[in-house]
Amino acid sequence: MSVTTMSPDPVDGALVELNEISFVRSGNAYLDRASLALRPDGRTIIVGPNGSGKSLLMRIAHGLLKPTRGHVTTGRRNGCPLRQAMVFQRPVMLRRSAQANVIHALTLAGTPRRRRREHAERALASFGLSQVADRPARILSGGEQQRLALARAWALRPEILFLDEPSSALDPAATKAVEEGINTFHEHGTKIVLITHDLGQARRLADDVVFMCCGRIIEHTPASRFFSSPVTEAAAGFLRGELILDTDPPVKQPGKQGGPSF
Amino acid sequence: MSLTRLLSAALPLLLAAAIVPTAQVAADAPFITLASTTSTEQSGLFRHLIPHFTERTGIEVRVVAVGTGQAFTIGRRGDADVLLVHHREGEEALVANGFGTERRDVMHNDFILIGPRSDPADVAAAATIAEALKRIFEAQAPFASRGDDSGTHRKELELWRETGLSPGGRWYRELGSGMGATLNTAAAMDAYTLADRGTWLSFRNRQEMEALFEGDPLLFNPYGSIPLNPDRFPWVKADLAWQWHEWITSTEGQELIGSYLIDDVPLFFPSLER
Amino acid sequence: MSLIATGDPTLFSIVQLSLQVSLTAVLLASLIALPLGALIALFRFPGRGVVITLLNALMGLPPVVAGLIVYLSLSRAGPLGQFGLLFTPTAMVIAQTLLVLPIIAALTRQAIENLWEEYREQLRSLGSGRIRAIPTLLWDARITLTTVVLAGFGRASAEVGAVLIVGGNIEGVTRVMTTAIALETSRGDLPLALALGLILLVLVALINGTAYLLGEITSRNMQ
Repeated sequence: MSVTTMSPDPVDGALVELNEISFVRSGNAYLDRASLALRPDGRTIIVGPNGSGKSLLMRIAHGLLKPTRGHVTTGRRNGCPLRQAMVFQRPVMLRRSAQANVIHALTLAGTPRRRRREHAERALASFGLSQVADRPARILSGGEQQRLALARAWALRPEILFLDEPSSALDPAATKAVEEGINTFHEHGTKIVLITHDLGQARRLADDVVFMCCGRIIEHTPASRFFSSPVTEAAAGFLRGELILDTDPPVKQPGKQGGPSF
Repeated sequence: MSLTRLLSAALPLLLAAAIVPTAQVAADAPFITLASTTSTEQSGLFRHLIPHFTERTGIEVRVVAVGTGQAFTIGRRGDADVLLVHHREGEEALVANGFGTERRDVMHNDFILIGPRSDPADVAAAATIAEALKRIFEAQAPFASRGDDSGTHRKELELWRETGLSPGGRWYRELGSGMGATLNTAAAMDAYTLADRGTWLSFRNRQEMEALFEGDPLLFNPYGSIPLNPDRFPWVKADLAWQWHEWITSTEGQELIGSYLIDDVPLFFPSLER
Repeated sequence: MSLIATGDPTLFSIVQLSLQVSLTAVLLASLIALPLGALIALFRFPGRGVVITLLNALMGLPPVVAGLIVYLSLSRAGPLGQFGLLFTPTAMVIAQTLLVLPIIAALTRQAIENLWEEYREQLRSLGSGRIRAIPTLLWDARITLTTVVLAGFGRASAEVGAVLIVGGNIEGVTRVMTTAIALETSRGDLPLALALGLILLVLVALINGTAYLLGEITSRNMQ
């Protein structure tokens, strides 16, 4: 693997397009007609209060969940679907060594057997994990595990990297390491889509910001504009640190009631 | 990954060790399956007899020892080659219904009434077995019945029919067990029980129990050999089974039966019928 | 006691047969039950709840009943009689496999289901479908699954009902530790029965101890 740019050919239009996505369970709409285009340039940061549907939207965009209504269009390059990877809030590691975890991902991606070890070693090195390569992944610290998750994603050379609050459980030093890792991806051409609660992190990383609330996308604005003077009042209130209460609760479908079941 | 390497080495070894010997059994010397009763096997008679037969004929005898009821079931299902049991009625029915080729007398022994040394029902003084059982019935002394449709159990029921009494109630305990287990339980319960002499003589856990009544002709216990019918069961090793059938009723076999002693006492009496 | 001291060949062959039958049964059962448990854990299908309940219930299948079922099947008068397998060690292996399979499958199902809860999203993100995930999950759960297999082995080596009915306790052919103990007990030779019982316990403890040590060694190797 030559470590140069990740996606050399420009893609026409967006990388991922979400069209009128709704997600309904037990009569509750957790996403309501959300539409979003993820463009190749820029790091897209998604912010919003709890329960606004951010994680759900990301999972649908990545293909882990199917929307109740609407559809997701993912771009192709040279006829092949774009490679994607996702890093979760809590890193999920197999009961094996750090290196073996990366090798497992490479195996799933179809890397030829004789190249796997080499690629894994390089990925670990890129994220400062060479020392712990042979340690059981599950005993690494939170920060190391999250970097390992990044290393694992790195080995897959993704064109899009989704991250769902990757550093919310980490201390500032580990957070900084994770952000540096994210930037490494960005510098090599991977599209970054990140959810965060940490407005400081959003400010540091964002090129464009998606603000969600109550299952809807309220605004999608370039970062420079968003943090100084957001378009919507809701976003402004959010930035001021106001608690956004459910003034506009999720749309209830007539008939069924009940809580989330997923 | 060292565990993987360890497993990939150990697993085939384990497999080989486990499966190969099981396959070996299939390629063995000629053998017949003899269905007999637990009491007969536990007496040790087969250990005494079979080596001589195998030496003479080269045929191994695999003894499946079960209750008499199950032995007849095995006979009716054709799961053995020859039977050696002690229930004349059942044996004759087996032949009459075409499951067995013929029935021959092999040997006999007798049943004895075992009980606690203290003999609360005073059966030792009885003149006949019927009277002895009557005494137990009237005293409501604990009595352990095999309750398992074995030869011994069937004999016990016949004897109760002789007395005209129907045993039942708390003192009459139906165990559903083999002879040895029944003796164990009777010893623990200080109960009377009917046992074949062979099992009693080789039984090691007597505790306070003694043989209290014997000798009544009704306690006679004849054994019969029945080869299974190859017309009914084509897979049966009729020739080999017939050799056994002939041998145990031959002079050599009969003499060996008579020479089987425990504490210098013979367990079985050969029929010497030809 | 002298039997043990002199290394009596009869005793040795009984022990050997016991191990062969139970180990083979556990091996066969595991080969089927591990993937089966994983499949049930990962896939939704109509009647899944019934299958899981049934498997759990069959963990308590009485050995005599398992033996009876196999006996009726392998008897000459039964559907599989033409193979003449009754009263052979093979029949005993079959009966014990039947006995042990639900235990391993039911417990595997639970273990893998728990693991899948944790891994599902990440594995799917990495491009692993459910079928592809099965070996990964089975390996990841290896510590729990080793205990599960040992539980199966414990069941097999301890039971007497099934092997007695289908094997016939034939001396030198189908007599194993448990049936020998039953025989000696019913002959009233309680000291011998107890001695055999102790040997059986020691053997099973040795096997469990070995498995435990293996686990310790390999987990230390990974540090």
